[in-house]
Amino acid sequence: MSATAKDQILAFVRERYPQAEIDASQDIFALGFVNSLFAMELVMFVEKTFELTIPNEELRIDNFRTAESMASLVAKLSADLAAA
Amino acid sequence: MTLTDPAPALGTGAGQVTDRRSARAFVDTHVVPYADAYDRVGRVPEELIERVAEAGLWAPFLPPGSGGAGMDMVTLGEVHEEVGRGCSSLRSLLTVHTMVAWTVQRWGTAAQRERWTPALGSGDVLGAFCLSEPGAGSDTSAITTTAVESGGGWVLNGVKKWTTGGQRADLFLVFARTAASIGAFLVSRDAPGVRVKPIDDMLGTRASMLAEISFDDVVLGPDALLGPSGFTAGMVLTGTLDLGRYSVAAGSLGILQACLEASSAYAAHRRVGGSALRELPLIQAKLSDMVTDARAARLLLAEAGRLKDAGDSATLMATWIAKYFASTAAVRHAAEAVQIHGANGCSPDFPVARLYRDAKVMEIIEGSNEIQRITIAGQAEREKTTCP
Ligand SMILES: Cc1cc2nc3c(=O)[nH]c(=O)nc-3n(C[C@H](O)[C@H](O)[C@H](O)COP(=O)(O)OP(=O)(O)OC[C@H]3O[C@@H](n4cnc5c(N)ncnc54)[C@H](O)[C@@H]3O)c2cc1C
Repeated sequence: MSATAKDQILAFVRERYPQAEIDASQDIFALGFVNSLFAMELVMFVEKTFELTIPNEELRIDNFRTAESMASLVAKLSADLAAA
Repeated sequence: MTLTDPAPALGTGAGQVTDRRSARAFVDTHVVPYADAYDRVGRVPEELIERVAEAGLWAPFLPPGSGGAGMDMVTLGEVHEEVGRGCSSLRSLLTVHTMVAWTVQRWGTAAQRERWTPALGSGDVLGAFCLSEPGAGSDTSAITTTAVESGGGWVLNGVKKWTTGGQRADLFLVFARTAASIGAFLVSRDAPGVRVKPIDDMLGTRASMLAEISFDDVVLGPDALLGPSGFTAGMVLTGTLDLGRYSVAAGSLGILQACLEASSAYAAHRRVGGSALRELPLIQAKLSDMVTDARAARLLLAEAGRLKDAGDSATLMATWIAKYFASTAAVRHAAEAVQIHGANGCSPDFPVARLYRDAKVMEIIEGSNEIQRITIAGQAEREKTTCP
């Protein structure tokens, strides 16, 4: 898992919610931060920053719960891209 | 005034709208002279729908080979502004069709895209967007239309209201409650159980052929569901509304520009007390504010478009802000445009009465003013100036 991806994603979430203290393993859904606007912003951020497209079947809640799980998704999709 | 456009039809491949300049020429020839007549009869004629298709205007942002020309979002905004300058009803039809075509392109499977995008791009199939219901508008979570899984597909039940283009559209993008979330479904107009009831005599965008659409046990295949299910299903709606909002922001700016052009022409020739209206300081104040707000709205829209082209998530907030600014400015200046025209402004002989009525609609659709302000207020504590 890329520490950089995790840090970048965490920085994005923190920038959106500056009043909150969030770490990379905290469930942002459980914290109540995710509405459909933020979900869309998150997906667009990940796609643009890491230059990939998240296929529909990967748009599952478990892939987006924490900065760590999003970074894992990025690592997996980047590996798929490199292998293709 | 007539509905019939005597200008020659565009030859195939010729007269394609590719940018603001060609859009302006198209609108000045085929739309501006007839927009008041469309407003009066409450529809745009089939002939215009065909001309829009010939000009490649229905969904030029689709990739070449999928029925489009790969037009970027900044240019699309400029084109929708020009159409909005001519006729908000036509721009409304373009907006909802754009939302459907984009959603299929962004979220559709390869098979769904192959099936629908060429026909959406050419305008052979016209799309409409069905979210609002008699009991649910701003509060989208209150929708009661349901899609229940059955036999590998879905059964759709419910009533949608205020569907722009519903009287004419061939394909409805319907948002319905599923067991997991809210899903987006593609429903053909001719599916058994679909009923279309026209809604006429609205305040504004009177020619946009609104309808109430009922779905009674409409049986859909598994390929009717668009995009992911589960938590991200809401994103389909967010993305669709974002593009609709962008188009409405552009259309609002078009109304403002039309008010400016009509008012400055009128103020140049109308004389009171021995001087032209445009020489009077109070009239100059109105014109100067129109010029300034039109430029500001255009910059906000271009910024939202540039962020869309870059795939930058900041486009979502930029679009809210552009739409809020442009729609409220359109209402303000349309009222002043009527004022500048005096009694003529209240008559059917000048377009400003139509612009005034159409402008008000812009403050209600794609997120009402109040919803815009609630959403933009969420940006307040993040709003900092950035130093390069
Ligand atoms: C010409 C026209 C075309 C349309 N086309 C379409 C279409 O193609 N497809 C579609 O699905 N819908 C369409 N609509 C419907 C439109 O999206 C809704 O009218 C809009 O979302 C507002 O919903 P509502 O009318 O139910 O108002 P309501 O949601 O009932 O709101 C009433 C008023 O209360 C305000 N309000 C709501 N919530 C709050 C709040 N939390 N705080 C403060 N004030 C609040 C609203 O801003 C509004 O002023 C169209 C409407 C019009 C007029």
